[in-house]
Amino acid sequence: MKRVYTKEEACIGCRLCEVHCLTEHSRSKNIIKAHKKEFPRALSRVLVEELRPVSFAVQCRHCDEPVCVEACITGAITKDESGKVVHDEEKCVGCWTCVLVCPHGAPRRDLERKKVAKCDLCPDRETPACVEMCPNRALVYEER
Amino acid sequence: MKTYQLPEVKIERDKDRCIDCQVCVRQCAFEAHIVDEDGEVYSEDEKCVACQRCVSLCPTNALTIKDNKPFVKDNANWTAETQKYIWKQAETGGVLLTGMGNPKPYPIYWDHMLLNASQVTNPSIDPLREPMELRTYLGSKPDKIDIKMVDGEPVLNTKLAPQLMVKTPILFSAMSFGAVSYSVCEGLARASKELGTFWNTGEGGLPQNLYEYGPNTIVQVASGRFGVHSEYLDAAAAIEIKIGQGAKPGIGGHLPGEKVGAEVSRTRMIPVGSDAISPAPHHDIYSIEDLSQLIFSLKEATEYTKPISVKISAVHNVAAIASGIARAGADIIAIDGFRGGTGAAPTMIRDNVGIPIELAIAAVDTRLRDEAIRNRVSVIAAGGFRNSADVIKAIALGADAVYLGTAALVAMGCHVCQMCYTGKCNWGIATQDPYLEKRLNPDVAAERLFNLVRGWSHEIAEMLGGMGLNAIESLRGNRLHLRSIGLSTEEMDILGLQAAGSPMA
Amino acid sequence: MSYVIIGNSVAAVGAIEAIRRIDKEMPITVISDEPYAVYSRPLISELLAGQVKQEMMGYRSPDFYERHGVEAKLGTRVVSIDPKKKTVKTEAGESIGYNKLLIATGGTPFVPPMKGRELGRVMTFIKMDDAKRIEEMLPELKHVVVIGAGLIGLKAAESLHHRGVKVTVVELANRVMATVLDVEAGKVVQDALENAGVDIVTGDTVDEILGDTAGLVNGIKMQSGEALDCDAVIVAIGVVPNAAFAKASGVEVNRGIITDDHMRTNLPDVYAAGDVTEGLDYLSGDNRVMPIWPNAYIQGKIAGFNMAGEDREFTGGLAVNSIELFGVPVVTAGMSNVDSDDLEVLKKSAGYAYRKIVLRDNKVVGAVLVGNIDRAGLVTGLIREQIDISGMRERLLADDFGYIDFPVELRKERLGVAL
Repeated sequence: MKRVYTKEEACIGCRLCEVHCLTEHSRSKNIIKAHKKEFPRALSRVLVEELRPVSFAVQCRHCDEPVCVEACITGAITKDESGKVVHDEEKCVGCWTCVLVCPHGAPRRDLERKKVAKCDLCPDRETPACVEMCPNRALVYEER
Repeated sequence: MKTYQLPEVKIERDKDRCIDCQVCVRQCAFEAHIVDEDGEVYSEDEKCVACQRCVSLCPTNALTIKDNKPFVKDNANWTAETQKYIWKQAETGGVLLTGMGNPKPYPIYWDHMLLNASQVTNPSIDPLREPMELRTYLGSKPDKIDIKMVDGEPVLNTKLAPQLMVKTPILFSAMSFGAVSYSVCEGLARASKELGTFWNTGEGGLPQNLYEYGPNTIVQVASGRFGVHSEYLDAAAAIEIKIGQGAKPGIGGHLPGEKVGAEVSRTRMIPVGSDAISPAPHHDIYSIEDLSQLIFSLKEATEYTKPISVKISAVHNVAAIASGIARAGADIIAIDGFRGGTGAAPTMIRDNVGIPIELAIAAVDTRLRDEAIRNRVSVIAAGGFRNSADVIKAIALGADAVYLGTAALVAMGCHVCQMCYTGKCNWGIATQDPYLEKRLNPDVAAERLFNLVRGWSHEIAEMLGGMGLNAIESLRGNRLHLRSIGLSTEEMDILGLQAAGSPMA
Repeated sequence: MSYVIIGNSVAAVGAIEAIRRIDKEMPITVISDEPYAVYSRPLISELLAGQVKQEMMGYRSPDFYERHGVEAKLGTRVVSIDPKKKTVKTEAGESIGYNKLLIATGGTPFVPPMKGRELGRVMTFIKMDDAKRIEEMLPELKHVVVIGAGLIGLKAAESLHHRGVKVTVVELANRVMATVLDVEAGKVVQDALENAGVDIVTGDTVDEILGDTAGLVNGIKMQSGEALDCDAVIVAIGVVPNAAFAKASGVEVNRGIITDDHMRTNLPDVYAAGDVTEGLDYLSGDNRVMPIWPNAYIQGKIAGFNMAGEDREFTGGLAVNSIELFGVPVVTAGMSNVDSDDLEVLKKSAGYAYRKIVLRDNKVVGAVLVGNIDRAGLVTGLIREQIDISGMRERLLADDFGYIDFPVELRKERLGVAL
């Protein structure tokens, strides 16, 4: 399956992936509204780590044998037929078990909603927002 | 010391649009954007160099950088800039430094030349339907060729000097690894390979990982001799002896030690952190004869397999010097006009020394023709080519091809803020800081360069076809395809141009 | 013939999903004494608290059984196994043949012998029906005593508190969550509970449950002699494997059903998974009962693969617990609270935040994070993969500990980047 991969030699630590991820997962999908007017604010599902000069983006790896799926107590996280690890926010109660078990530290805690937020590979787009909007092509969406 | 310098730009942040994402903060190496403890972002105008990096990356278009030239009382002599320079020097006691090419409003002759086009009598050619040859060969051509017949077929009997074949008359000019980042070098090398043209190492040597691009590389031998060794010469398609550079004729170069990291050190063969000083002259060249020795040393070293170029600044007696260089055995003469760029130059020199490339091309071409040695060398013109029209006019004036430096940098993201010498280039171009250098992804750089040259080449083909020509070589030195507008008779005389409206001679 | 699974919780689901990855044909029969389609047991506290509705309790979608070719015999209790005939017998006398059998009957709450334990409104809290029972009697509950300050006890206490019931938790140990938390972390959690208004009594236990003439709870008496009035008692001391019927049928049982590294029991074609088993503990190398949700799924999955003919080894369970009480999240992993000379402890605390990393031979073997638990999984991953942390020791306690602190090769491998 296609996954998002980071190219740390090209990641410039601008964090625009986070900005556009948040926007894509907001109600309005309008960047300004999403950041300034929507409460609770959406949460980016990608996280940029940085220790200059190195930086890279981390998001759900959509593992082949996802520990989070095994650990999720409500059944909110499942792996669909395409291999995507999908998270049903309706079912999530914010128990943070996935946060505790994901070896990538990928699930993020949305404290306002008390739900986990994780990468869904942008189901409404052909290419995930983080990849498309990266100004330096440091994220790629491809089969490996 | 309290600075008396005044901010020249104003950063306008539209608070309704700003989402405090801090992209601008992270992107500005000059620290013009700052985030406070509450996560609110604000800006400090006096630090801004107007490189537009923040504006380009701001996801909400919340930023605008505006001209905020300080108001000084009307005075043509003591302008704001003049005063700024004085304050700067009064504060530092140093030489004024700057980057990029001469920005002064000297005449740009390209804008006083008009191209011809065919109508009725010699029909124009549509390059989309008919072959159009932008290919040309750079190198020394024989005075005459001898052909013999073998089995009824003509065969060239003259041994030709080595040639560089370019698929378009556009090459990338010398920019050294050290002055520019590795990513720039890789972008140039990869684009050159794709385009069928050449890039030039400048005096920075050839980084190990780029040896594979040797067949598209011109390597320089400059006064500091940095990074010169036999594999370097062997790897190249051609060798260029750098005598001068348009932005700073008559002086050498200075790469500060901070820019000499491990890779630059290895490539230039100098210790990490040491200043790389290129002397003003080559200490073994004090005459045309000395130059000839170096040319032939390099030819010997590479067994006469590669053309040797000599690059000089366009200065007052450029024509005579070019003649000497041709006679010294060079295959190519590269002439760099005073609008040519640089990573660092004393401002006074950049802005006041040298002559425009347009005049130099015409003067050199005329002189070499008059001496009947024009065929012995190819002429590459450099120094501020802005678009395809400049390129085709240069060829009509007498150049074989042109070098692009600044335009290539602009293609890669440079916004000509002229802060190259600080090493803090926010676009990842004129820097060795690994954090900044990453901002130029070589994939992106190569693609943008390729696109630019491809676009220009298409335009050149169109204009060429319009003139009824189907080969770029047919235009070279064909000044009848140019007319001047708004120039004095002296200028027209030097350029060898007739006034617009005068009939074909 | 079919796969038969006794039990209908997470281990069963793990097994069903694994079986169907290999074998799409042979029928699966799931038998459970509970009348519900598979639901999330840990969610009963949210159900009681009113934060999750009954219809959201399902652990899998309503068509789960149908999609996986499962016949679910709900409300059916298995009383015995006949390993020779390869059948199980239900309470109603039905005999069901199996090809491969999985015992996933989970645990039963342990209620120690004490006076008054037979009284009305002495309850346990692990099943949906437990929550429903409490819900029904809620109007009459003013004060409830919870015995045991483990995960279940504390979640029950929090839920009742949310419903306006006064709660007192009585814990024999000197702190809450004593099995996984040390004194410091226990104090942080206890503070959070007490600040919210839950009474905690530690170092004491309930000696006797007192009842009224109607046979309903009306108070407790503690070992210390102190007595409290209350309307109900929830016993949450722990669970024991629900393995009696299995033992009687010849399955080898210690504390739980003894399983090998393929989740096989001593009987041919009989597997066991989840809270009913005594499986391998990855860190200690010993077998023990580890009643932990993710562990049950994994054991069920391993059992399922092996039942369907795909050889998969159970490499051992890792104890992980995540709980949030009154807005204070607490997570633990591995040997979070073990005292031993060969262990080195790194820790830091500030207010409601606590971070502790337990090391053995330069490898992380345990962790406790309270408050800021973001990216705790990175640490859990270090435990699971037993990665040498020499290069990142100084950063383990940092709140922003991340992949950036990992050795470059490992990070790139994990992120799927070619080296």
